Amino acid sequence: MSTVLANIFSAEFVYMWIRVVTPILLASLGGCICNQAGVVNLGLEGIMLLSALAGVIGGAYGGGLLAGVACGLGVALLVSLIFAYFHLNMEADATLCGTAINTFAAGATVMALFTLTGEKGTSSSLLSFSFPTINIPLIDRIPILGSIVSGHNFVTYVAFLAVFLTWFLFYRTPLGLRIRSIGENPDAAASVGVNVRRTRYVAILLCGLLTGMGGMYMSMGYLSMFTRGMVAGRGFIALAAAAMGQSTPIGALLSSMLFAFFESISNTLQLLALPSQFIRMLPYVATILGLTIYSIQKKNKAYARAQAAVQEK
Amino acid sequence: MHGEEALRMENITKVYPNGVIANSDINFSVMKGEIHALSGENGAGKSTLMKMLFGIEQPTRGDIYVNGEKKVISSSAEAISLGIGMVHQHFMLVPSLSVVENMVLGQEPRRGVMLDRKTAKAQAKEVSEKYHLGVPLDAPVYDLSVGQKQKVEILKALLHGAKILILDEPTAVLTPQETQELFIELKNLRDDGYTVIFISHKLNEVRELCDRITIIRHGRTMGVYDVRDVSEREISRLMVGRDVVLHMDRTPTMPGDVVLDVEGLSYWNHYGKQRLNGISLRARRNEVLGVAGVEGNGQAELVDIISGNLSRFQGSVRVLGKEVSGMSIRQVRELGVSYIPEDRMTMGMAGDLSITDNLMADKSYRDRFVGKVGLLDKKSIQEYGAEMVERYQVVCKSPDQPISSLSGGNIQKVVLARELSSNPELVIADQPTRGVDVGASEFIRQELRNLRDQGKCVLLVSSDLNELLGLSDRLIVLCDGGIAAYFADTSEVTEEDLGRFMLGIDRQADEEIAGVRA
Amino acid sequence: MNNKQINLLVDAVKLLLIMVITLAVIAAIIFSVSDDPLNALYNFFVGPFLSMRRIGNIVEGACPLTFTAMAVMLIFKAGQFSMISEGSFFIGTGVAMSISLAVPMPTGLHALVALLGAALAGAFIAFIPAILKKTWDVSEVVTSIMLNYVCEFFVIYLVTYHFKETSSSSLASWELAPTSLLPKIVPGTNIHLGVILALLLCVGCWVLTNRSRFGYQLRLTGSNPSFSHYAGIKETGVMVGAQVIAGTIAGMGGGVELLGMYNRFKWTTSPGFGWTGIVVALLAKDNPLLIPLSACFFSYINTGANIMAMNSDVSNDVAQIIQGVIMMLIVSGALLQRWRQKLVVRAAEKEQAEAAAVSASVEA
Repeated sequence: MSTVLANIFSAEFVYMWIRVVTPILLASLGGCICNQAGVVNLGLEGIMLLSALAGVIGGAYGGGLLAGVACGLGVALLVSLIFAYFHLNMEADATLCGTAINTFAAGATVMALFTLTGEKGTSSSLLSFSFPTINIPLIDRIPILGSIVSGHNFVTYVAFLAVFLTWFLFYRTPLGLRIRSIGENPDAAASVGVNVRRTRYVAILLCGLLTGMGGMYMSMGYLSMFTRGMVAGRGFIALAAAAMGQSTPIGALLSSMLFAFFESISNTLQLLALPSQFIRMLPYVATILGLTIYSIQKKNKAYARAQAAVQEK
Repeated sequence: MHGEEALRMENITKVYPNGVIANSDINFSVMKGEIHALSGENGAGKSTLMKMLFGIEQPTRGDIYVNGEKKVISSSAEAISLGIGMVHQHFMLVPSLSVVENMVLGQEPRRGVMLDRKTAKAQAKEVSEKYHLGVPLDAPVYDLSVGQKQKVEILKALLHGAKILILDEPTAVLTPQETQELFIELKNLRDDGYTVIFISHKLNEVRELCDRITIIRHGRTMGVYDVRDVSEREISRLMVGRDVVLHMDRTPTMPGDVVLDVEGLSYWNHYGKQRLNGISLRARRNEVLGVAGVEGNGQAELVDIISGNLSRFQGSVRVLGKEVSGMSIRQVRELGVSYIPEDRMTMGMAGDLSITDNLMADKSYRDRFVGKVGLLDKKSIQEYGAEMVERYQVVCKSPDQPISSLSGGNIQKVVLARELSSNPELVIADQPTRGVDVGASEFIRQELRNLRDQGKCVLLVSSDLNELLGLSDRLIVLCDGGIAAYFADTSEVTEEDLGRFMLGIDRQADEEIAGVRA
Repeated sequence: MNNKQINLLVDAVKLLLIMVITLAVIAAIIFSVSDDPLNALYNFFVGPFLSMRRIGNIVEGACPLTFTAMAVMLIFKAGQFSMISEGSFFIGTGVAMSISLAVPMPTGLHALVALLGAALAGAFIAFIPAILKKTWDVSEVVTSIMLNYVCEFFVIYLVTYHFKETSSSSLASWELAPTSLLPKIVPGTNIHLGVILALLLCVGCWVLTNRSRFGYQLRLTGSNPSFSHYAGIKETGVMVGAQVIAGTIAGMGGGVELLGMYNRFKWTTSPGFGWTGIVVALLAKDNPLLIPLSACFFSYINTGANIMAMNSDVSNDVAQIIQGVIMMLIVSGALLQRWRQKLVVRAAEKEQAEAAAVSASVEA
């Protein structure tokens, strides 16, 4: 047990924590943009999975990282576009539409992998390109802090930058104002000439970009190959994080960090002699508990406010 | 009228996806610089016509001309660019955004990719000062009063460059005093050369404010008149097709035993805001107790508490001597309380279920509908559905058709049928005729009168003061969650009197108010 | 035509259109990945009918889908989006396995107890997201999906740590107790007693939703929960009830699948019947009696894909792609709506003209 504790309080653990939070944070920011626009995008999971594979394939066949990125983001945008078209033009329920995309993604990734490599499990036979890791000059020399902050994958820095960019989008741009208004009262936005459908398209595509980055990080950063079902619910966890963060960028960051903490702790707990299945459950159980506690607090706050008012009287 | 034509709608027909024909061959023309009333009963097609003008709906057939040019208005954005602005009946504002943000939304001033927040504020300030419509610019909209929200709506339209302003029943939510203020503002706008389309079926307001009036009935144009040239009675005849009895006869009765007894009732909502402040009242058999008040002054909470929809209140509410506190809605209903809800679309019906299914929503527990093995008795249920449809004159093809395919008035008749057929002792009627055509309204009022004559107790909440004064034996006015006035006899009360108390300008002495518990 | 006929016509054409699009997608995929696409297509579409055994495969495969689809339908009818049938089903397999292996009992009774255990476990799992939603308004969508993962790991843990066949190289349990297995009912196939149970449950489900008081309250609540509340129905209770019944059915389905089809527990991940159940339920259009048909259709696609994978170079994952495509198309509310609108307009105008003619003749 003490070894586990020592592990948690080490710089390596924090480094790992940041590594683990990256895909969840990116997808969660995407989820925030969609939520603010009034669209619950349950397809995050499938988009991540598809772009994870597309990035690897694009890299292997296009012969470079850039080709991989272009392919991964292209697929993420394409799938988002399909989601948007069916949800916004064909009036498909967002939850079911997202589920359809996830089902499709699970089948299509394995099928594509099998067709190209003859294997159904991993893309290990494909030449893979990963995002570079970046050492920040000077900072990497600071003891502890350097080893936590520096030396991460390129995408990790993109993810943290994206928190700021999303904030800027929401609160400092006309597009952000429109996105926030169509989520809260679409009729009001429409009545002043905001094209609700088009704005939602933009929101869903922006979400696709961020989520696609998160997906590619899985196969081109976190690991350096694609494995079947590798997203393993991170898209759903990201959605939970967005909801818990009340769809604000900072809130999403904090709740993503919370869920990622349990995922990285489960990596550490492998040291204990517990059945591995229980350890692997941890992030999912944590998400359920996290959402529940958040909801209880939300409810209690409203109740307490009412009580306080009665007391004052 | 000799001026230039600002707008003409020609041979407009609109058929909705459910087959309802809302407009058929309507012609409508408005001159520059006039206030033009568009009148008709609820459901006559006024709102549909205006939605097409504002690009929210598309006409199935017909043409629209703006300033003499034929235009296809396929979106609100296009309507706005043509100088058309609309103040909707339900405010089109985003509550958590500030007034400025709401006003510039859709035409945000930019600086590069950024929102130019300084210019936005300056623009908002400029219009608000120019037209003397003062509102707190930085406050979030959810903090504003109803009157202020309406001002924001008008300002928003003006900021977006509107020359033709459409106001959809703007006075429905205002006090008489706020209405007067609005009329002055609108007249000022007219004098500045703006064109105003004023949708209303309140004839006195039309007379006071408007230059001309277009009347539509059942989706067809009934004529265009100079307001000075027609009488209210004539307009009303054109709108309804027969003379409406504006005064309601009431047979005098002796009030019986106490049915509803409320004492010291206070309530705080989720946000800790006090909505009811020590209300006490009694209502008896053989009487209609009216409740007047501007919306949001506690009527909704009072009604929700008595009907069991809200718990956690202070004070006591007894129905037929039994304390309602802690009872479930079902228990309250079994005590003999029926409730005709204000918002029938969300509280009064399940849209995709049949009329019959809707009729028995509160009766699925009753033995009559349960067969031998505990399953529902389909035959008995169908008989009951057919019986109710006939008894309450619901116009439909079959009791099995989905209730959402009915008109507003017929939906309300189904609600009425359900609530009255459970043989209630106390009927709470919350805005029973809102959005209901005149024919059905009369039917509903007659049913309420019958209940009273049969010895039931009716609690009537209505914003239609005419209806309230016509139906109620006794009347209270709610203001800020408390009773501001009590009238033991409604025959001498005028709408103006009520307005003063509704707005909080006047308040009766406590001894007078206490009379309601006599 | 009245509105009812119009709706029926539009629905039929929509179904046809979906099938055509699906066929086109299948053909497009197969032609682009296969060296011998005609052979693959033949195996896919005709293969499942070439022997009694394969037809049997369709029916057997439809059985678990029928259970999960019923569960999904009940949950959706309550207006909820819990995806828990996946987890309930898998926990059902795990519990049925445990009872089969750990608690010896006489034939018949053993199967019964195992199935009841599976059903109870499924109900318990479905209860969790339902009660969280009811009590604290926690989104049932996300919690149910998270819980599916938890169930999956838990069942795999059960097999790995308590019932694992050590002589086997891949993960499998000991041989299930023969006393607990469901008997086969059609010679030459694996069609088992569970299929009958599934059909009976469909009828039961129809009675429940269309003829019982609970079913009435369920429909009311699903259509408009505020109205249901207002009418004195405990709408949250109805929602939880529907989800628990759904979990019971899905859990029992898991038990039936294991005891009817297998002699060992062999899954290494959850087989995904809960997810497929969603599209099966959607295709059955809210009618429990249509679920078996809908399940057979998707089972046919799975069977065809498996046969194709064995006899050609195309992987059977194409079945899952098709499920995704069909689901997307079914939930597209706007598909063909413009055409429907045109029909409705024409009918309404005709009616108005007729009414006008009648009133004119009356006046004359």
